[in-house]
Amino acid sequence: MIGQESATPAAANWFVENAWLIVLLPTVSAVLTLFIGKRTPGRGAVYGILAIGTAFVLSVGVLWQFVQHGGGRFVKSVEWFQVGPFHVEAGQLIDGLAAVMLVVVTAVSLCVHIYSVGYMHGDQRYTWFFVVLSLFTAAMLNVVIASNLFQLLLGWEVMGVCSYLLIGHWWEERENSSAAIKAFITTRIGDVPFTFGIFALVFAAGFETANIEEVGHVIAEGRTSNALVSGAALLLFGGTIGKSAQFPLHVWLPDAMAGPTPVSALIHAATMVAAGVYLVGRLYEVFVHADPFVLQFVAITAGITMLGAAMLAIVQDDIKRVLAYSTISQLAYMVAGLSMGPEGVTAGFFHLWTHAFFKALLFLGAGAVIHAVHSNNMSEMGGLRAPMRTTFWTFLIGSLALAGIPPLAGFWSKDELITVASDGHPVLFVTFLVTAFLTAFYMTRGVALTFFGEYRGHGHPHEAPVSMTGPLVALAAATLVVGFVGAPQLGAPFARWVFFEEPHIPEFSPLVAAIAVIVAIAGIAVGWGLYGRRREEDPVLQLGPVTTTLQNRYYIDRAYMSYVVLPIRDRLSSAVYWFDRNVLDGVVNGAAAFARALSLVVAWFDRRVIDGAVNGAAGTAGFTGGILRYIQSGNVQRYAAFLFTGVVILAIVVTRI
Amino acid sequence: MIRLPLVLFFSAALFAIGVYGVLARRNGVLVLMSIELMLNAVNINLVAFSQALGSLAGQVFALFVIAVAAAEVGIGLAIVILIYRNRETINIDEVNLLKW
Amino acid sequence: MTGHEYAFILLALIGTVAALRVVTARNVVHAALYLVVTLASVGGAYLLLAAEFVAWVQILIYVGAIVILFLFGLMLTKAPIGREALDNQRRGAAIVVALAILAGLIFLIQDAFSWDGSKIEPETGGAAAVGESIFSRYVLPFEAVSFLLLGALIGAIVLSRRDDLT
Repeated sequence: MIGQESATPAAANWFVENAWLIVLLPTVSAVLTLFIGKRTPGRGAVYGILAIGTAFVLSVGVLWQFVQHGGGRFVKSVEWFQVGPFHVEAGQLIDGLAAVMLVVVTAVSLCVHIYSVGYMHGDQRYTWFFVVLSLFTAAMLNVVIASNLFQLLLGWEVMGVCSYLLIGHWWEERENSSAAIKAFITTRIGDVPFTFGIFALVFAAGFETANIEEVGHVIAEGRTSNALVSGAALLLFGGTIGKSAQFPLHVWLPDAMAGPTPVSALIHAATMVAAGVYLVGRLYEVFVHADPFVLQFVAITAGITMLGAAMLAIVQDDIKRVLAYSTISQLAYMVAGLSMGPEGVTAGFFHLWTHAFFKALLFLGAGAVIHAVHSNNMSEMGGLRAPMRTTFWTFLIGSLALAGIPPLAGFWSKDELITVASDGHPVLFVTFLVTAFLTAFYMTRGVALTFFGEYRGHGHPHEAPVSMTGPLVALAAATLVVGFVGAPQLGAPFARWVFFEEPHIPEFSPLVAAIAVIVAIAGIAVGWGLYGRRREEDPVLQLGPVTTTLQNRYYIDRAYMSYVVLPIRDRLSSAVYWFDRNVLDGVVNGAAAFARALSLVVAWFDRRVIDGAVNGAAGTAGFTGGILRYIQSGNVQRYAAFLFTGVVILAIVVTRI
Repeated sequence: MIRLPLVLFFSAALFAIGVYGVLARRNGVLVLMSIELMLNAVNINLVAFSQALGSLAGQVFALFVIAVAAAEVGIGLAIVILIYRNRETINIDEVNLLKW
Repeated sequence: MTGHEYAFILLALIGTVAALRVVTARNVVHAALYLVVTLASVGGAYLLLAAEFVAWVQILIYVGAIVILFLFGLMLTKAPIGREALDNQRRGAAIVVALAILAGLIFLIQDAFSWDGSKIEPETGGAAAVGESIFSRYVLPFEAVSFLLLGALIGAIVLSRRDDLT
């Protein structure tokens, strides 16, 4: 597990002890915004901004106190529920990784909240947007500090729901609601193995606990079979594949760009997709003690994703799609880093840290551009450098960081990953470099098509309002500096915060760094060469079958549709429907028909037998009365005759007795 | 000295004849006559026992019976005459409005 | 069999035959006259039983008044004459019932009184004794009977009054 083995909390660490407040604040703001947001001036954005702002301050405090303490791990929990010997608690586990993640999430969320005030201005569901935004932030923060697997799962799932709600924010368009469903279902498919992975871990811990620390202890002490641990690791990785959009469950992320850009920035660049990576890191004990095949599998998945996504980014026209594929590719970088063992853990998370900032920056910048030209497509952009100066410079900084140009943040993290790969992971090393080249290339293409040349659109683009450019500037400033916390030359404090078992101070290899920078510059050069000047046709679209394949996303989406979605929808659903209609309803209707038939029998019985008896009794009475009335003849002598006869009989009877 | 059963047989015979008359005669007045026969039979019975038991009660009672019989005949005939007046007949068979 | 008995048997026979004729006569007036015979024989029987007061009252009232009443009634109602006119259809049943009663009574008498065991020694229970008994011991029933007769009298008058006479 990440951090030191000891778990003794230190005294008088207010921020760290009360880190759970960081989760509580956005939850409260979500509830407040939901109930009284519409009536608050500014339509409820203020609660979220205040809450996240405070949470950000608290997160920085946590990180500060953590660093002051020289590291360690702080655990604090309360009993949640208990089933027999199985105890589930809820609480916080603060180590370096968690502290770092808290800062990332709250910082990006705060920028996105402020940005959304301008971007979503006038939207009909403005207040609801902020409710879900706050709720999502709370869920992500919960995942970060969770001390218990089920608590983590809870936050994980809530994030999925919020992602669905936010992608489908403009659900009136069919495309948007379809994208939301696709995202939800695809990540769900990854969540199933993830849940079973949790169950496997609980099983491994003897059904007594789901606490992350304790499970980690159980696995570290080797009390469980290797097969179980490997199986659990693979299952858990399923969740990462889904949430972090790795191959083959990457298909939802490009379509998720249908959501508002702030959502793309927060969820699909910096935080939710990073949760999959965070999961691997949090439960790294499991991966380390699994069969080495597991980590190889992780590496292979990451490698395929990395390259595939980068190639797809090349042919995109939609600026957000470029960034989406770029995100997939960069996430693969992080996952690949984690697959390289403990040294790679620090590197992978360092990249996560830097990537969050500049990817959010890039998305928000794209949002500003989209806001100005009212279109996502770069074919309708161009020459925006002049009217949108702030956006241009911040976007440029982000692009250079992504490409890995020193001294920006992206360079430090990428370089560290490549350095680790250079020592013993040749395939990944080459893949990293090729992807870096492609990354630089498509980002240059993007910048050139958007900001250079002549404006190809129809409107009058203008700079975004301050509420939008403010966060851009803030993130750009962050991009400039956050890389230095991991720079080896400066002692790489990051490595002392986030590590596995022991801190691994990264070495700086000038050779590797040089190779990386050369590759990046080469990519930029090729890109500029192809797109610097105005061309009639986009060169990458001229590549015939390659272009077609890339434009159809390797036909993966189509394959899923034909072989998975449609069969389930058409055949499986129909079959199930048939079963429900004919078998289940048949049983029910049969029971009803039987009851009806029975009731008919009973009715017949009631009518004929019972009523017959009653009517028969009445009829008999009437019949006998009809006969007996003839006795009443009206003739007095008749009556007298009966009288005398009766007297005689009585006389005999009485005297005999 | 008369043997008691003899007297009683006489009484029984009169009574039975009276019963026959009540049941078989059509004319209302004749029915009343038959009733008188029955009452006389009863009276003989009473007097016989009065002498057999040495008590005067029997005879006194017989006197009362005669008185009552007289009253009854009076009323009975009045009714018969009334019926005759209303229906032009004293045929008992035709006085059967209480028929079913 | 004493002479007493013979006389009584004779009277009884006369009375019985006359009674039979009462109920079977085709002429109502004949029936009434036969009734007189019957009542007279009954009165004779009373005499033989030494109940002289009752006997004379019988003759007086029954023969003297009641039969007259009957004759008046017959006269006023124009009784028809003839077999079908006087007897109804139920003669058979009536004979059966009457015979049943006769049989029952005879059986009872047989059962209760032995032929030679019960004898009547007629004592002179004369008029004086009866009169005294009526006005001392049975004065209340006597008064009641007088009321009864009054009621019957009034009732008969009321009943047979014609409506057009106010």
